[in-house]
Amino acid sequence: MTSNAASPNHLQLTRDGQLRHFLTLDGLGRDLLTDILDTADSFIEVGERTIKKVPLLRGRTVVNLFFESSTRTRSTFELAAKRLSADVLNLDISTSATSKGESLSDTLLNLEAMASDMFVVRHAQSGAPHFIAESVTPGVAIINAGDGRHAHPTQAMLDMLTIRQHKGAFEGLKVAIVGDILHSRVARSQIRALNELGAEQIRVIAPGTLLPNDVESLGCTVEYDMTRGMKDLDVVIMLRLQKERMEGALLPSEREFYRLYGLSQEKLALAHPECIVMHPGPINRGVEIESAVADGPQSVILNQVTNGIAIRMAVMSMAMGGQVAERQQKLTEQTERGLV
Amino acid sequence: MSGMEHSSGASLKIIGGQLLDGHGSETANRALLIRNGRIVDSGEEAVNASADQTFNAEGCVITPGFVDLCCNLREPGNGQKGNIASETNAAARGGFTTVCASPETSPVNDSRAVTHLIRDGAATSSPIRVLPVGAVTRGLEGEMLSDMEGLAAAGCVAVGNGSRGVRNARILRRCMAYAQTFGLTVMFRPENQSLAADGYAHDGLVTARLGLLGIPEVAETASVMEMLLLAEETGVRLHLSQLSCGRSVEMIADARSRGIAVTADVAMHQLAFTEDALAGFDSRFHLRPPLRSEADRKALVAGVREGVIDAIVSQHLPHDSAAKQAPLPATEPGLSSVESVLSLGLILVQRGELKLTELVRGLTAGPASVIGRTAMISKDEVADLCVFDPGACWTADRLSLVSAGHHAPVLGQPLPGVVRLTLVEGQEVWAGA
Repeated sequence: MTSNAASPNHLQLTRDGQLRHFLTLDGLGRDLLTDILDTADSFIEVGERTIKKVPLLRGRTVVNLFFESSTRTRSTFELAAKRLSADVLNLDISTSATSKGESLSDTLLNLEAMASDMFVVRHAQSGAPHFIAESVTPGVAIINAGDGRHAHPTQAMLDMLTIRQHKGAFEGLKVAIVGDILHSRVARSQIRALNELGAEQIRVIAPGTLLPNDVESLGCTVEYDMTRGMKDLDVVIMLRLQKERMEGALLPSEREFYRLYGLSQEKLALAHPECIVMHPGPINRGVEIESAVADGPQSVILNQVTNGIAIRMAVMSMAMGGQVAERQQKLTEQTERGLV
Repeated sequence: MSGMEHSSGASLKIIGGQLLDGHGSETANRALLIRNGRIVDSGEEAVNASADQTFNAEGCVITPGFVDLCCNLREPGNGQKGNIASETNAAARGGFTTVCASPETSPVNDSRAVTHLIRDGAATSSPIRVLPVGAVTRGLEGEMLSDMEGLAAAGCVAVGNGSRGVRNARILRRCMAYAQTFGLTVMFRPENQSLAADGYAHDGLVTARLGLLGIPEVAETASVMEMLLLAEETGVRLHLSQLSCGRSVEMIADARSRGIAVTADVAMHQLAFTEDALAGFDSRFHLRPPLRSEADRKALVAGVREGVIDAIVSQHLPHDSAAKQAPLPATEPGLSSVESVLSLGLILVQRGELKLTELVRGLTAGPASVIGRTAMISKDEVADLCVFDPGACWTADRLSLVSAGHHAPVLGQPLPGVVRLTLVEGQEVWAGA
């Protein structure tokens, strides 16, 4: 028996299969993901102009709702919205309303009253953007900027864009994700995207304490030994290790973690010579990655940041397009039924 | 005790339908005569007798009233989520004539005063029989023993620790030894709290994908094993409640074969749903214990079929809407389930997973025997009965639900099985169209 809850796709796609929210990569097909990458490619050029603006979201209000603090993600979303000519409101809710005991539902009601068109949401709880998409008025697009351990779909897509720029295509690629998979929303979205886009091999490299139960079901293989896992890699993605992971007996020490799972020049030498090194940032030098590697010729970490703006522009404009199309469709239907 | 100051002179005759008694017998009903709150006759005499009222049960199934070993009535202390009147009426609608009230009230039912408060509340506002379960430790804190003998004397049918468990094995052992002294049944939901930690979903495929905090199966199975060993040692009568894992069923069957006095129940939603119910972050299915894998579900159904699991419970836990209106991890666990138990069970029957007789046993004779009661349809028995039409459908929604909690497991879709009549001591406490 299944419950009668909305599936993620029912929620984030219009009837014609256009994006109207961007909550998760689950259920999005290869065509749509490729469409996002192609759209982002077209926006990269905008960032290289002197006047870095296109009018796609002119007159729209985008609210950055960050229930968890973030510098990079929030500022790239802000830049992306501004380059699309939207008005942007940044709300750092981690320090405001909810800390005064207001419930999320009540906060949302207040924001809706300000007639916003899009919420960019980061939240510490898995599924929060989903909940918001289900509970706000239709017409407001919800973009997930990272929720709990669940998903960080724009990060994964900017990573895919970076990979495509350097490798041309996904077919035949061997990719490894290294480190704290268990707590990582980034890893979950990356594994999903890589599978959908046709990567040949996705390895997760971590100790047993940092892997979710049944992780293979996501479409990856597990490797405990990093020296074996690095063999023939085309792409290695390092994850940030939160220092508090030592506390719940997940790891003995940073030193041991770095020795076994940190990306040093020696370990990188085991991969394909043209292997690129990625990291969603912010990096912990000497904890998960050696400085010489982070700053080295194979590192594309700063490209990722640049691509972040283009991907966010793509997703925001596409979701807004879906919302507009849906509204017009409803209006047409109402007119046909003689309601307007 | 419960609001059953029913006038007793009236007589009722139920004609037609199938009689299922909860012990496996299934006969066509010619006539069932009820007088003075008891079944007077089901034979020839009833056919010819005249009665004040006649109920035509053609096409219906007549069973003993359902007995729920795990129901939260929310009174005293949680009026915004429900109260004795609202939740016992919901139970009557679900075909239940007896519910065991969880000790997890506010204040906790750990003293005779609270037990009396619940019984008094039931006497004035419950149409059905309410049997309190006392707390095995004071305040359910898992630290000091409650006055168990006093609780039993005040009317508690068992002692348990609600959903909170007992963290310390030494105290758990003493709880059992003390309860055993007075021949009390202890009801525990097995959960090793340090393994369950902050989890709120089954540690499996769906948590891996959605990044939810998992509760591993071993959080239950390690606790089941510990409790079985302690029950064996202390000799207490142990009832394991709200199981979620297939492995638990195996361990219980094995313990029984060694002669340990253990019984068990499972919530209907564990038989009907799996972890997949959380795939869309549906907070209604935030449950404790969590819905687990399809393999677990099948093993639990088999446990009911084979009688290793004695009872099916509602684990009814009504909430106000705010408790469920938040991102999944921030919501409170529990379903408003008591009105849907029969319907979910009938779906299992339709799918051929359970026989109707097995379903009825799990809702009547099975749970009744756990608390030392009977649930039979025979001459001189108390007329606690449920008459339902398995072919009719109803739809659960905000308007149709009697419970104060509107988060029922299936909403807005037709469900099979309409309770036409619920009788407690021969009195009509629910009549459905």
